[in-house]
Amino acid sequence: MTGVWRKVRNECAPYIAAMLIAFAGPAFAVQPDEVLDDPVLEERARDLSKGLRCLVCRNESIDESNADLARDLRLLVRERLVAGDSDDEVIAFVVDRYGEYVLLKPTATGSNLVLWVAGPAMLVLSLGIAAVYLRRRSRAPAPDRGLSAEEQARLKRILEE
Amino acid sequence: MIVEMGHFALILASVVAVVQMVVPMVGAQKGWRGWMAVAEPAASAQFLLTGAAFAALTYAFVTSDFSLRLVVLNSHTDKPMLYKISGVWGNHEGSMLLWVWILTLFGACAAWFGGGLPPSLRARVLSVQSAIAVAFFAFILFTSNPFLRLEVPPMNGQDLNPLLQDPGLAFHPPFLYLGYVGLSMSFSFAVAALIEGRVDAAWARWVRPWTLAAWLFLTVGIALGSWWAYYELGWGGFWFWDPVENASFMPWLIAAALLHSAIVVEKREALKAWTILLAILAFGFSLIGTFIVRSGVLTSVHAFANDPERGVFILIILGVFMGGALTLYAARAGIMEAKGVFSVVSRESALVANNVLLAVSAMVVFVGTVWPLVAELFFDRKLSVGPPFFDAAFTPFMVALAAILPVGALMPWKRARLGRVMQPLWGVLALAVAAGALTWALQTGRSALAPVGMVLVVWLVGGAMAELWHRSGRNDFSEKIRRLMRMPRADWGKAVAHSGLGVTIFGIAALTAWQQEDIRVAQLGETFAVGAYEITLNDVARERGPNFFTIKADMSVVRNGREVARLFPEKRTYPVAQMPTTEAAIDNGVFRDVYLVIGDPQADGRWSARTYIKPFANWIWAGCIIMALGGCLSLSDRRYRVAAGARRAPAGAVPAQ
Repeated sequence: MTGVWRKVRNECAPYIAAMLIAFAGPAFAVQPDEVLDDPVLEERARDLSKGLRCLVCRNESIDESNADLARDLRLLVRERLVAGDSDDEVIAFVVDRYGEYVLLKPTATGSNLVLWVAGPAMLVLSLGIAAVYLRRRSRAPAPDRGLSAEEQARLKRILEE
Repeated sequence: MIVEMGHFALILASVVAVVQMVVPMVGAQKGWRGWMAVAEPAASAQFLLTGAAFAALTYAFVTSDFSLRLVVLNSHTDKPMLYKISGVWGNHEGSMLLWVWILTLFGACAAWFGGGLPPSLRARVLSVQSAIAVAFFAFILFTSNPFLRLEVPPMNGQDLNPLLQDPGLAFHPPFLYLGYVGLSMSFSFAVAALIEGRVDAAWARWVRPWTLAAWLFLTVGIALGSWWAYYELGWGGFWFWDPVENASFMPWLIAAALLHSAIVVEKREALKAWTILLAILAFGFSLIGTFIVRSGVLTSVHAFANDPERGVFILIILGVFMGGALTLYAARAGIMEAKGVFSVVSRESALVANNVLLAVSAMVVFVGTVWPLVAELFFDRKLSVGPPFFDAAFTPFMVALAAILPVGALMPWKRARLGRVMQPLWGVLALAVAAGALTWALQTGRSALAPVGMVLVVWLVGGAMAELWHRSGRNDFSEKIRRLMRMPRADWGKAVAHSGLGVTIFGIAALTAWQQEDIRVAQLGETFAVGAYEITLNDVARERGPNFFTIKADMSVVRNGREVARLFPEKRTYPVAQMPTTEAAIDNGVFRDVYLVIGDPQADGRWSARTYIKPFANWIWAGCIIMALGGCLSLSDRRYRVAAGARRAPAGAVPAQ
């Protein structure tokens, strides 16, 4: 357990430092000089940027981040787009260099399937349980009142209020 | 001196908490009334003593007592008074003190207003509540003591994080904590009921107002946090699916489920075991939230104060309370047999569907939040789970929930016929679909988001109105109005809260789908067009505030030749904390916000500027406020003021023993 915590702590420190650097950077994310002339390409760039994580920030996409590294990545995305890459090629290019950590929407591959299937699976499971419960309730015999006389009296007083 | 007294009061409070944990529980087991009666004065004493400790800490902040380590780290003499006070909870130690103070407040409320409860149940509730307090007093005193002194006090403090120096965020934590900690009450009631071995309608009627209050505070707290992010972080984002936000959202979802399932227990004596489980889980998620925020284990933009050692302590608290409660649940839940019988198409079933959707969506958020940790620990994959995942995995549940809501709300108990339930709703449904189709036809982009939002808002608000109208009976108009006015406030509260959900959903959908953005470099005096607006950068001035320097732009917003607003976006630098913040200038409107941000000077003397047109942005928070108002209306229903009523009980009525 301690090993995990040490790891967490060691990894947190650079994040905090990075966060401070990020905040100390320029005021906002996409700078005017980064914007591409072609509005269609620019829109694609923005959409892609929203799905890529700023590596030195804490849970920000490169589209939102102020960090220099995010700027570099934004420029890289635009460079690839101008060079004629498709959206998937750009993403593959970035993931090749920085690992799947940059993807804000994890791929549905390998162990990640658990993540993606968890919601629908839980829904199906709980609907199944609910269906069994509802069937049982609709067929249950009418109950007798299980309260003693004095409990009834107190309940009545409370409910009358 | 005052600080030492505060420290002493805190230690004393923890001793009282230990007494309140042990004595009433033993008394309740043995049937000793004297021992049970210890709980009430102890709960009051705990609350007052912790309040004294909190007051002492506030005093230290207000007077800038820099011999206190905490004050040095989080305050500065130049800081405005509001932020000196909010600085008390703008840090780990102080916020934990506030947390535990609110915990004792809820305990004291149960003691003060708990006259109508059976004495043994009340003793057990207060004992469990105090057990939680003991754990957190220990946490504060051993790992995060706010009253530590410095041997050599410095001349001045290091200032509060400038992002936190904001009215929205000053009140965000207290509300959030009132919500988080309010769920401890439901937890205590659940555990006490498990120990007692019985759950009945009266129990549910007791738990509901506490849960409702907690849910209401959580709603306001989350809305405040989201609103703060919207105007303070400088790009108008309002929800980031950040671990810390999820930490507050999961208890909100579970509390919403609990509110609804408690109705079934109260009216129909069914779903008892499930309701108990939800009550335990709701507080469990609160503790998980506290753990996530306080340990910083899941890195996020919000964890300003984090420390893994403390995380281990909270994890132990979480393990003990959840492990204990769930073990007790496993042993005892079987005794609570259901009584109500109902058909598959009924209000009961609709509430079960509501619970399934809310609970599963909370689990989806939970899995998404912890997945990066799980993937790294067990699969050695370092990955991120961000907004695109949650948008895809979570949204369908909310759409489904909103879709079934008006139908379920109109269902009668026990047995319903779908055809009859739908009768008052067909008109609303037609209107909703028409509004959605119109939105689809009018908008330029072809995103389904906004039309779906439009369908849902009309469906939910219209459905709530149709329900009220339907419930006022087949009468002439004036009689209907009279009946509407006399309707129980809980019915009004339900309609209002459900409408609020619709308003929030629409705000989110419309803002996401229709936002316009413009990024550019502008000269002084330059005018540029964004959407239907013409923005002029009139001037940029450098000024200084109480504890910051600022670059302040003067910009006018013109529409159809008429000036709509004159806005002054700023970019501040806080020299002590060495941090810049962007202060966006927003012209708020019912149908749109104009959101201006000024950036850096460029080499050629021009300025970078960002403009957003954000349609229906305020609907998001207005919907939250409407939801909270609905909660308040329900809470004020006289049927739920059991406690107040019990006090006024006729003098002749001797408590049944």
